[in-house]
Amino acid sequence: MSGVRVLVGTRKGAFVLTSDGKRERWDVSGPYFAGWEVYHVKGSPADPGRLFASQSNGWFGQLIQRSDDGGKTWEPVGNKFSYEGEPGTHQWYDGTPHPWEFARVWHLEPSLEDPDTVYAGVEDAGLFRSADGGQSWQELPGLRTDGSGPSWQPGAGGMCLHTIILDPARPGRMFAAISAAGAFRSDDAGQTWRPVNRGLHSEGIPDEDAEVGHCVHRIALHPARPEVLYMQKHWDVMRSDDAGESWHEVSGNLPTDFGFPIEVHAHEPDTVYVVPITSDSEHFPPDGRLRVYRSRTGGDDWQALTRGLPQEHCYVNVLRDAMAVDSLEDCGVYFGTTGGQVYVSADAGDNWAPIVRDLPAVLSVEAQTLP
Amino acid sequence: MIRVVLPAHLRNLARVDGEVELAVAGQVTQRSVLDALEASYPVLRGTIRDYGSGRRRAFVRFFACEQDLSHDQPDAPLPEAVATGAEPYLIVGAMAGG
Repeated sequence: MSGVRVLVGTRKGAFVLTSDGKRERWDVSGPYFAGWEVYHVKGSPADPGRLFASQSNGWFGQLIQRSDDGGKTWEPVGNKFSYEGEPGTHQWYDGTPHPWEFARVWHLEPSLEDPDTVYAGVEDAGLFRSADGGQSWQELPGLRTDGSGPSWQPGAGGMCLHTIILDPARPGRMFAAISAAGAFRSDDAGQTWRPVNRGLHSEGIPDEDAEVGHCVHRIALHPARPEVLYMQKHWDVMRSDDAGESWHEVSGNLPTDFGFPIEVHAHEPDTVYVVPITSDSEHFPPDGRLRVYRSRTGGDDWQALTRGLPQEHCYVNVLRDAMAVDSLEDCGVYFGTTGGQVYVSADAGDNWAPIVRDLPAVLSVEAQTLP
Repeated sequence: MIRVVLPAHLRNLARVDGEVELAVAGQVTQRSVLDALEASYPVLRGTIRDYGSGRRRAFVRFFACEQDLSHDQPDAPLPEAVATGAEPYLIVGAMAGG
């Protein structure tokens, strides 16, 4: 019987949650890298036993760990992230130029075909690639140096490249998103990039329709329809039907359109999930009720999913990388909270149950569907 | 032999228990000790000194003989007691929350 493996990164280590296809009983292992922040753990689509983890802390910096047995054992691989050439400057919070400085890896995106190739999105915003299983890393500097980079400015969480999407239908096309610069697209495997933010509207920047400067929180697509993108922005849930060339708002009847993660159902390209959060300063669900919202119409028309989720006194957040879906026949949906809960729905969001309740604050959740 | 005490997180990474003993050729300085440490345990590269600048990471401290050597020049000789192995060279994670 097929099963799932859920990879959870937290403020104090990583955890691996496994279950069979019913997703009722769970085996919990970890913490791996106890005491370290694990921003992201993700498996290779080409070899599900191969996992990559970003491990860091304020004392000892960044490490990358790799597992070749589905998370049972780990080996540190390369941790040297050097920007190409003279790093140059971006804008600091006070508007002055600030040198590009590597802080940490936020997101790891393994290649769809090659288990040895993996991309890393880092703070200060940059994109790196390894073609040797993480042993060595080379920057793809075109994103940072081709145009608008010197004008980018960090968001409150730092100037991070947090989203990397590889287009499964069009080799060489990839998307990246940076806080607070916006969304970018490459059609030549990351060599050159251009901003794709037309239609975004952000009240927090001087030119509300600027080409860059938008605080994009997360982008998602369905692999069967990769020209359609969904975006959770700082405020506003957005949709593009032309691979980012233009965007329109699909917040519709959401109680608030602020939030962090956004995900798409594994089998229904028009079914989208978000977790509305009260505001940019009140990072908790409206009214203390934890509700996932699902649209079955590609946005605009949203339905609250509450069964099994706390509906009073709940003041957790759900971070941008902390939601995932599996691809079992009944699509499973997962998310983790800053309160340390990881929830699962084995029926596309209708019913929820906690897998674990008391982990450290959850930074990321990924789901692997196992044969 | 030079005796080096690592903080718990770095002992785990290097997969060692207790002190590390290192042979250091030439003058015993912070730089030569850290170079020898990283040569023996490559996994520690970048965790004590910044890759780009080679400077001590902000929340790492270096102690020996009840002195804080964190701000000393990296090529200054270490105390004789460290060079002879009578006293260990301590690499410490600074007291900081998180």
